[in-house]
Amino acid sequence: MSEEQAIALKELLYKIADDQLILGHRNSEWTGFGPLLEEDIAFSSMAQDKIGQSYALYQMLHHAGEQAPDTVAFMRHADQFHNCVLVELPNGEYDFSLIRHFLFDTAEALRFDMLTRSSFEPLADLAKKIKGELRYHTLHANTWIKQLGNATPESIARLQTSLNYALPYALGIFEPSPNENIIMDAGFFQGEASLQAEWQSRVISILEQTQLNLPDWKTVTPILGGRIGKHSQHLQPLLDEMSEVFKIDPTAEW
Amino acid sequence: MTTLSQEMILSWLEDVKDPEIPVLSLVDLGVIRGIDIAGNHVSIALTPTFVGCPALDMMKDEITSNLKGHGVEDVKISVTFREPWTSDMISEKGKIALKKFGLAPPPSQGLIDDIDVLEHAICPRCNGTHTELKNTFGPTLCRSIHYCLDCREAFEQFKPI
Repeated sequence: MSEEQAIALKELLYKIADDQLILGHRNSEWTGFGPLLEEDIAFSSMAQDKIGQSYALYQMLHHAGEQAPDTVAFMRHADQFHNCVLVELPNGEYDFSLIRHFLFDTAEALRFDMLTRSSFEPLADLAKKIKGELRYHTLHANTWIKQLGNATPESIARLQTSLNYALPYALGIFEPSPNENIIMDAGFFQGEASLQAEWQSRVISILEQTQLNLPDWKTVTPILGGRIGKHSQHLQPLLDEMSEVFKIDPTAEW
Repeated sequence: MTTLSQEMILSWLEDVKDPEIPVLSLVDLGVIRGIDIAGNHVSIALTPTFVGCPALDMMKDEITSNLKGHGVEDVKISVTFREPWTSDMISEKGKIALKKFGLAPPPSQGLIDDIDVLEHAICPRCNGTHTELKNTFGPTLCRSIHYCLDCREAFEQFKPI
C-alpha cells in the first residue's frame, strides 16, 4: 500500500468510526428517558452496538499506527473529529431521534454492505459482521417510521417537521472526502456518490409506505463540513461530557 | 507433563460458559475459532458474538484462568473477525441447551432474510408458533423479546445473526 493510500484509508476509517461513536453516545442519552421501556432498551442497545463497532475500527487504526482507542476517543478536540454533523445534533424529542436513526442507519447499513467488498481485508471481514448487526437497527427504524408515519395527525406532522429539518444534515453524510478518488481506485470503498444514490432509493421506498413527503432532492442543500472537522456548536459539549471521567483519571477502570 | 492437544484444550474449555448464558459453553457457542499449541504455550483465537459484546473481556479472563488451572504456562488470546461469528456456529448441543434454559435457539441463517422468521419465533416453553415479536432488542445484545399467544408467556430468542 502506498503512503498516499494509507493516509486515505485512515481517513475513511476515522470518519466511519467517529460517526458510530458520536451517534452511539447520543443514543445512550436515551437510557432512562425512552418514551416507553422498549424504546429505552432499543436505543441503549444500539448505543452499545455502535460504540463497540467504533472501538473495533479504532483498534484497526491503532494497528495502523494511530493512538490507542481510548486516547483517540477521549482526547481529540471537536475539530479533529470526522463525523458528519447529523450525528452530533442533540437528541431533541423522540421524533427527531427516530428520523435521524432512520436516515443515518439506512446509509450505514448500505455502507457496511459495500465495505464487505473492500480490498482492505480486515475491513471487509469486520464489515461482514457489522452488516448483520445493523440489520436489526434498520429493522427497528423502518418498523417505527412505518408505524408512526401512518398513525395520528400529530405523529405524522411531528415526523414530517423532523424529516424536513434533518434532510440537509443527512445529505452531509455523503460529503466527499478529499481522498475520494484514491479510496475508490484502491478499492477500499465504492465512494460516497454511489452510496448516496442507493440511500436515496432506499429512503424513498420506505417513506412511500407512509404519509410522509420527501421534498424535491434538488431543493435540499447539504450541510457539509463535518468530514473536515467543521462542526456545529453541539459537538464540543458532547465530547466534554463523554471524556469527563477519562480526563480526571486516565487510568480509571469502570 | 503430557503433551497438550487441541482435543484436550477443547474439552477443558467446555467448562467455560458464556457469562450471560451460563448453560452454554464457549465451545458450543462457537466463539473459539482457533487453537495453536507450541509446547506449553497456547494461543486461542476468539471471535465476539456481537462487536460490542461487553462479556468479551470476561470470556478472555475465564479462558486464561481455566487453562492456567490445567497447568498451561502461557495463554495468549487474540480477537479475530477473520471468520465473523454467526448464530449458525452454535452447536446442536448448544441449541438444545438454550431451549432448556428457556431461550429460543436462533433459526438457521439461510432463513432470516425473511422477516417472518423474526416475527414468529417458536416458543421454547410450549413449542407454540403463534408468537409475536415485541422488541428486536432485549436484555443483552444477542436477545430479542417475544410473546407467545399459545401459552401467554413472554420469552426471549437468541437472535439469528
